[in-house]
Amino acid sequence: MIPSEIAELLKARFGGAVVETKLEGVIDPWVKIAPDRIREVATFLRDDKTQFDTLMCLTGMDYTGGKLGVVYHLASTPLGHKITLKVDVPTDNPHVQSVESVWKTANWHEREAYDMIGIVFDGHPDLRRMLCPYDWEGHPLRKDYKVPEYYNGMKVPY
Amino acid sequence: MGLLDQKFDNSNIIITTMDDLLNWARLSSMWGMQFGLACCAIEMMATGASHYDLDRFGTFFRASPRQSDVMIVAGTVTLKMASRIKTLYDQMSEPRYVLSMGSCSNCGGPYWEHGYHVLKGVDRVIPVDVYVPGCPPRPEALMEGLLKLQEKIRANSSVRTKSA
Repeated sequence: MIPSEIAELLKARFGGAVVETKLEGVIDPWVKIAPDRIREVATFLRDDKTQFDTLMCLTGMDYTGGKLGVVYHLASTPLGHKITLKVDVPTDNPHVQSVESVWKTANWHEREAYDMIGIVFDGHPDLRRMLCPYDWEGHPLRKDYKVPEYYNGMKVPY
Repeated sequence: MGLLDQKFDNSNIIITTMDDLLNWARLSSMWGMQFGLACCAIEMMATGASHYDLDRFGTFFRASPRQSDVMIVAGTVTLKMASRIKTLYDQMSEPRYVLSMGSCSNCGGPYWEHGYHVLKGVDRVIPVDVYVPGCPPRPEALMEGLLKLQEKIRANSSVRTKSA
């Protein structure tokens, strides 16, 4: 299926959950989904005729200006087609539904996005930090992140 | 002055100083702690393998800090790892030496400015005897570092009093 067919399918099925689409002039055509509907959409894309059985990558984003986001790159191994999903959330309330129950790949990817960007994935079974130590403060890949002066008594800046 | 001062013709007795004997024993068997943190560890493994053959200096790698004399810190020391390095260093029995291998563990290397997670030099948590520059250092450089450490150990004095 080509991306526009997948977008039409989602619009017909979920209506208001599809916030925005961009299918022309980009390398990866994308469909923007409401953050509280993403699990429903993901389950549909996996189980319906689109057969998106693979979550290739899940990325956390800081767009600045009070907006964070998650990007999902999906692929279908039986049908060989791809689609990108996006979700935008406000920085002061960054809650997104977890898709860990849909693709197990999302488990560590969502933990990384939580660790680095600070997006909270509702329904994740084990949302701990992934890369930073558990007692780390802040989310380092936020654009407004300030490097701490000290960590556990060790001076951090050069 | 070498290890061997005097030699008797009619028996296998040699005379030397206690310091020289201890230092000779220590510098001839510097067992390294198996401790690779990043890409420097690849060079360290290459140095230990047959082509460069670290064994001829008496250095080979042990998997336990209890059996090691030299900690070769080979690679990027993250803040998460730094406290573990300190623990491992504390577990080594004395006399113990630290060789900092590569720019990262010397001073933070390429992460010196934006590496929020990198300790800017392992000497901020443990004392370092020899710094080997390079990114990563070639096996020859690591061997040079170990030879420098041998020189340092050769100058040690464990028996003589400080004032003498």
